[in-house]
Amino acid sequence: MTRHPDFIIIGSGAAGGVMAKELATAGFDVTVLEQGPFLKENDFTHDEIHYVLRQGLTNDPKSQPVTYRRHHSETATPFKAIAYGRQVGGGTVHFAGNYWRFHESDFIERSLYGAIPGTAFADWPITYADLEPFYTKAERDIGVSGLAGANPFDPPRSAPYPLPPMPPKSSGILFERGARKLGLHPYPAPVSILSQPYQGRGACTHCGFCQWFGCEMRAKSSSLATLIPAALKTGRCRLLPNSYVRRIQTDSSGRVTGVVYFNARRKEVFLRAKAVIVCANGVETPRLLLLSKSNRFPHGLANNNGWVGKCLMWDNSAGVWGLFEHPLNDYKSIRATRVVQDFYNADPKRGFYGGGAIDARFGSFPAAFALSGLPPSTPRWGADFKRALAHYFPRVMMAGGHSTSLPLESNTVTLDPTTKDAWGLPAPRITFDFHPDDLKTARWLFQKQIEILQAAGATQTWGNPPDKPGLSVHLIGTCRMGHDPRTSTVNPFHRAHEVPNLFLIDGSSFVTSARQQPTATIQALAYRAAHFITQSARRGEI
Amino acid sequence: MDSTRRQWALSTFAAFQHASHPAAPPTTLRYLSPATAADLEALASTIIPSEPDSPGAVEAGFRFFLDHALLSWDQDKRQPYTQGLAHLNQLRLQLFPNSTFIADLSPQQRTQLLTAIDRSPFFELLRTHTILSFLGPPSYHGNRDYLGYRHIHVEPAMIFSPPFGYYDDPANNNNPK
Repeated sequence: MTRHPDFIIIGSGAAGGVMAKELATAGFDVTVLEQGPFLKENDFTHDEIHYVLRQGLTNDPKSQPVTYRRHHSETATPFKAIAYGRQVGGGTVHFAGNYWRFHESDFIERSLYGAIPGTAFADWPITYADLEPFYTKAERDIGVSGLAGANPFDPPRSAPYPLPPMPPKSSGILFERGARKLGLHPYPAPVSILSQPYQGRGACTHCGFCQWFGCEMRAKSSSLATLIPAALKTGRCRLLPNSYVRRIQTDSSGRVTGVVYFNARRKEVFLRAKAVIVCANGVETPRLLLLSKSNRFPHGLANNNGWVGKCLMWDNSAGVWGLFEHPLNDYKSIRATRVVQDFYNADPKRGFYGGGAIDARFGSFPAAFALSGLPPSTPRWGADFKRALAHYFPRVMMAGGHSTSLPLESNTVTLDPTTKDAWGLPAPRITFDFHPDDLKTARWLFQKQIEILQAAGATQTWGNPPDKPGLSVHLIGTCRMGHDPRTSTVNPFHRAHEVPNLFLIDGSSFVTSARQQPTATIQALAYRAAHFITQSARRGEI
Repeated sequence: MDSTRRQWALSTFAAFQHASHPAAPPTTLRYLSPATAADLEALASTIIPSEPDSPGAVEAGFRFFLDHALLSWDQDKRQPYTQGLAHLNQLRLQLFPNSTFIADLSPQQRTQLLTAIDRSPFFELLRTHTILSFLGPPSYHGNRDYLGYRHIHVEPAMIFSPPFGYYDDPANNNNPK
């Protein structure tokens, strides 16, 4: 093929799928470059060892090591601190499907609560009202199940969910019972999983092998099952799996000219385009910019102001297990069916910044549960261990916490000076530590999780209170959005301040963390960006 | 049948086949020697024991699971096994000077032996493989006939419908427990 695409899209996950579908549908030629393979439904199995214990749908630490350190004074060592989906569809293939909108307050927290010394806490340059039509479009386009009006803390919405909520599991019913006893407001979890047939796809069959797995039924509304097929159907989208971009190329005027990528045979290929859209996630997007140094951008592409890679935010909270008298069989169906957002907003009366939400969720799959799920006082082997497995596994559930992570300039993605990946490129080096308020919030929420389970009738609760950063899977904040080119990387429409034909659209644009579960917002931002890019391109302004 | 339903039925059938028909379980060892396999199996059966009417790691196929693991997806654990077993045999001779093989120890003696090492990395490795042989996917040659899943009350099926458990069953809705 000699014809150059209008747009190169790097990454095919939550945002990349939206960009491919929207721009191809609008009449542009797009090429999607995806690091990982193009898997089909028949490739997915219920193999807990591969998909859960080895996180087989995520970045492989052997070929693509990540290094981690808590402080800048330390030397980072290889440790899989972050995970992201690495196949066509990205993380939407294996995620739990939680599809929460942000609240109106999420975009203006700096104005609501004031400055927090030592942080980069800021308002977003856009409001919930700017994004609302695109949340609605995302929900309709991919298929989201939920119940509008059930959560009294929900922001206003212009349309109901396109599908009714998923049936509650026993964990959801118990959670609802406990939460109501405490005066809280539980509601059906909104999920991008089909409760009924939708647009040619069948409803969820409740097989249970959901989070960490790909869906054989195409009932999970992943980019793989929805947006990518729609993009390919236009005839204007070329999808190149196993294509790993190593560099974004610029000319002497500072405009992007195309990308250099490794093809499946690890041969370097240059592909020219009119514009490049990076949707590679909150770690790989800044890493790629840092790998794309030039005379004009000596600190990395679009990074003359030094903000690329700063303000990485983390999944801070922990889960609490509860044991109940009768079998829940929580291994069946989807992961989460009920949520409370009563603690969502920050409250200065607590004495620290932060808030969170809690959901009723399946705790872990059989082998993972046997390895590390039982209460610490339970025998770890022998006949009593075996008996405990049979007693606990059907009778347990988890209350999952999701809380705030403040943006700190010291929490960064940089290039590791020594560790390389299998292609010879510097590994991403993660430097992350909690802000004291993040830890206080997570521990405070942990108590609320215990209280709900106890009010629900749990005869035993256990879990490890948050104390050190664990695995983070929601990668946000590292190329933040803002009006001011001195303190942000992209403008409110995701165009890089320093490079007119470069767009960064994924979790990296986030200014604050909300309460995790970022996928709905990543996709709403992408629909909004696609709308803007389409109009700008038609006016010849890209 | 409209195309959506046909597609759904076909994909359901394919996925069910996928999930529920692992390759025939092996009957011979390809990596482990019979003596080593017997020693390791004796340890695995101390971690997840076989009991009357309640099969354990042995019946789940531990020895074939481990043999397959060390030949394929967990090859880098060969050395830890060789070293761990050598150390354990030394310990066995200290604790039970007249014994000849781990496999010949009484259940009480095996428990005593494992208690002496149950904070060690080798024990963790052995425990992990024992659990995976019992509760992992049958395609790894363990969890034979889903007996591990049955032990923890998991039905190996592709399709479920509500009620999933006691508490979401409308019949129990008036029961405060």
